[in-house]
Amino acid sequence: MATVRKFHQARWNEPVIFELSRPGERGIMVPEAEPGIRERVGDGTSRLPGKMIRQDMPALPEVAQMRVLKHYLRLSQGTLGADLNVDVGQGTCTMKYSPKVNETFVRSPKASELHPMQDDSTVQGALEIMYSLDLFLREISGMDRFSFQPGGGSSAILAMASIIRAYHAAHGEAETRDEIITTIFSHPSDAAAARVKGFKVVTVREDEDGLPDFEAFTKVVSKHTAGLLITNPEDTGIFNSRISQFTTVMRQAGGISGYDQANANGILGITRAREAGFDMCFFNLHKTFSSPHGCGGPACGALGVISDLANYLPTPVVDKTDAGSYCLNHDLPHSIGKIRCFHGVFPAMLRAYAWIMSLGAAGLEEVAQIAVLNNNYMLKRVTGLAGACAPYAVGRRRIEQVRYSWEQLYRDTGVTTEDVTRRLADYGCHLWQSHHPFIVPQPFTIEPTESYSKDELDEYIACLEQVIAEAYSNPEIVKTAPHNSVVHKTDDSWFDDPAKWAITWRAYLKKHGCEREG
Amino acid sequence: MSDMIHPYIPNSVPEVKREMLKAIGASSTEELYTDIPEELRFRRTMNLPHPMTAESDLVRHVMGILGRNQTCEENISFLGGGCARHYVPAICDEINGRSEFLTAYAGEPYEDHGRFQALFEYQSLMAELLDVDVVNVPTYDWGQAASTALRMAARIVRRNTVLVSDTVSPERLAVIMNYCTPALRIIPVAHSRVTGMMDLADLELKMSDETAAVYFENPSYLGLIETEGETIADIAHRRGALLVVGADPASLGVIVPPSHYGCDLVCGDIQALGVHLHYGGGLGGFIGCRDEERFVMEYPFRLFGIARTCEQGEWGFGDVAYSRTSFAQREEGKEFVGTAAALWGITAAVYLSLMGPEGMCKLGTTIMQKSQYAMARLSGIPGVKAPAFDAPHFKEFVVDFNGTGRTVQQINEHLLAHGVFGGADLSRDLPNLGQSALYCVTELHTQEHLDYLAEAISCAITGGECSGHSA
Repeated sequence: MATVRKFHQARWNEPVIFELSRPGERGIMVPEAEPGIRERVGDGTSRLPGKMIRQDMPALPEVAQMRVLKHYLRLSQGTLGADLNVDVGQGTCTMKYSPKVNETFVRSPKASELHPMQDDSTVQGALEIMYSLDLFLREISGMDRFSFQPGGGSSAILAMASIIRAYHAAHGEAETRDEIITTIFSHPSDAAAARVKGFKVVTVREDEDGLPDFEAFTKVVSKHTAGLLITNPEDTGIFNSRISQFTTVMRQAGGISGYDQANANGILGITRAREAGFDMCFFNLHKTFSSPHGCGGPACGALGVISDLANYLPTPVVDKTDAGSYCLNHDLPHSIGKIRCFHGVFPAMLRAYAWIMSLGAAGLEEVAQIAVLNNNYMLKRVTGLAGACAPYAVGRRRIEQVRYSWEQLYRDTGVTTEDVTRRLADYGCHLWQSHHPFIVPQPFTIEPTESYSKDELDEYIACLEQVIAEAYSNPEIVKTAPHNSVVHKTDDSWFDDPAKWAITWRAYLKKHGCEREG
Repeated sequence: MSDMIHPYIPNSVPEVKREMLKAIGASSTEELYTDIPEELRFRRTMNLPHPMTAESDLVRHVMGILGRNQTCEENISFLGGGCARHYVPAICDEINGRSEFLTAYAGEPYEDHGRFQALFEYQSLMAELLDVDVVNVPTYDWGQAASTALRMAARIVRRNTVLVSDTVSPERLAVIMNYCTPALRIIPVAHSRVTGMMDLADLELKMSDETAAVYFENPSYLGLIETEGETIADIAHRRGALLVVGADPASLGVIVPPSHYGCDLVCGDIQALGVHLHYGGGLGGFIGCRDEERFVMEYPFRLFGIARTCEQGEWGFGDVAYSRTSFAQREEGKEFVGTAAALWGITAAVYLSLMGPEGMCKLGTTIMQKSQYAMARLSGIPGVKAPAFDAPHFKEFVVDFNGTGRTVQQINEHLLAHGVFGGADLSRDLPNLGQSALYCVTELHTQEHLDYLAEAISCAITGGECSGHSA
């Protein structure tokens, strides 16, 4: 039987870096111009007109090197990365293992010291990685060409919305086709990025099974429809078995179907975007394909399209010449231009390439199957917990994640999802509150991926059991949590009041400085 | 079901698998996919290369491919244009390689307190450099930051035309054009052929009551410093428009930050602050402004704020005005927010903490001296003019080769053969400049490098012999 460990996260009560400043201290020296240079050009800055010379020094802290190191090391210890915990509580985000060997590739100067405008002949290795990864993802998705330029999933959604717009513009329908349809359990950016590109957003709600309501969908499709942006499985983890009907209706109406596959972890080698009738899809290389999340990027939303849309991709893309060398192709006739500067986040591509090479076809399929097995195991365990349930599609299997609810726990004890997340921190665990709107009351979403052993999954469940037992016996300890984490419960009133919020240290000093001295 | 056991998949062990299947009442993992219709099932094996499951084989394979790259460390590179090679202090890599930061994502402000504090500090340090009160958790890059700053300006003043200097980087302009279409109308403003600075008469001509914002970059993509920022701000403000300026943070120890000459929204990239090139993957964008509700509420991105906790003397952190984001309100939020470049923000925080005011001042000075020396050396070559524009410059400058009878491509081929990555060829994107290239000189270039460059360019033009290379 798994037990709850006696955990206490590092609590250094570390000051803000500005509080460590001691005038005159230096963290690092900067090279000076050689005497021969100074002789020739002087001090350099006198070439500037006086009004352009900065007279006040920027009020950065002055801290010696080891203290800077110690400061940020302590802050790192106050952060619970996936490497340290059973990181299954951030459902939809696929917090899997990011192999350490891939960090050695990314950190090699052979990868890190490349400039994006180098001559193609000097970056043959980098281009080969990009070209090969494109081929791998084509096979995994059934799409015909990929771009790695989007800097994250939302960026890839923006690229899809941009392509939808450009496609209809090229066919003289930019003005009439001004609506994008999405679903309530698809990521918020499927709606938000579509709006950025000027579309009206139509959101289809869920049916009794938690799946997008097909009848409601068909009713909102019209001559104004430009496209569909949809996830499958959605946040609920239930596979939408009618997905082909959605894409068929969309095609018949003249719209384009874009598949948000930010998280595709449960279906690698099982089912593909092409067979489901999609025209585009994207994979987050920092989710399914193991690139670490880095506290929120850098990242890559690898965007794939069918051949009809290949000329709309952002440029450049990588081509292979007849002679077998690789080159950047800047000339796609209908290109939407650029979604991000240069070629995207190469480190994420390199890690994804290495991860796929380590696993192969059978390995990827095993990843998917074990991720789904682990998820259904967690479904069984979580729905056995007091106060928890998994709304919709009761008795059915789920794919890679499940959106659960603490509604019963809340009714019984007054303990909310937010309280549980704070208390779990005391046991070295993380649980996410899920995306708004909270259609599922008191929601939480668990996605165990393939990376954690059964023993670790049992340990996570034991932590949930512990918190639930506390909620029923001593709810105050849960509501006032955390107690063994890095800090205690924060006064949230500072965050929504313009008179109190402080987004920088200097703003804090201006608004609250006198309190500090007192 | 395969019997593959892989180090990344602990529950691939057959006994464990059986035990878990039994626990859920299934006979095989195949049974878990019953909701997927047969016609959607992919029934063949994916055509992917044979895997290298032994880590040692993988290392040999991947490093073999990467070995085909020639790097900016092995050669002398003068490439810039929005991504430049500066020195990366060892501690920057130490911190961004920490498992905790590298593999964290979206924890709460408790178990991820350190992530929140580090990014709050990033915002605070950038605010000092920029002399503003608000800075966001990094977005993708400068192109995104400029795009969003323009859209923020448009929402703040409720207009939808923006005037953009025609010396803005072509990469960034392409990002802006896509991101701001169809919401904004983007009108270019001409530059002076002599100084490269904004043509103020053209600006006045194009200003209207529809103008939401004026945008230029300082230093510009062409490396020159716009000295008339204050005049441009006045022109914009007189007509009720805002001023948006893009800035290179590496310059701000010596050059006045845009907020000092009336800029309302400053944007730029943090790659110069302790992040490697990563083939362009090291970018991260910032937007800074004053602490006014009407500005803050228009940010789409995360803004971390400081607060008190229930424990005396303890700092807490959290999201400021979360309700403005797409996370909270989907399409009713401001643009959208998502995973972008947070780890580079933490890295930039480490960098600025190490550098301090003195370091940033020295950095700016050294870069100005070295780039001016490079310009002086290159201008000594017959037919070469550097800089092409009569203005002060920072870090980058245009080298005009029109008088040499050689194309930039010819010169760069010669340089490449001699271990030098010459400046970016501008002849395609900026044909008005003819055969010109954009050169970038940082604190990492030595006098020897710059002398070697001058010699190699001379040879490229005259066809003489270059002496040995000294990267």
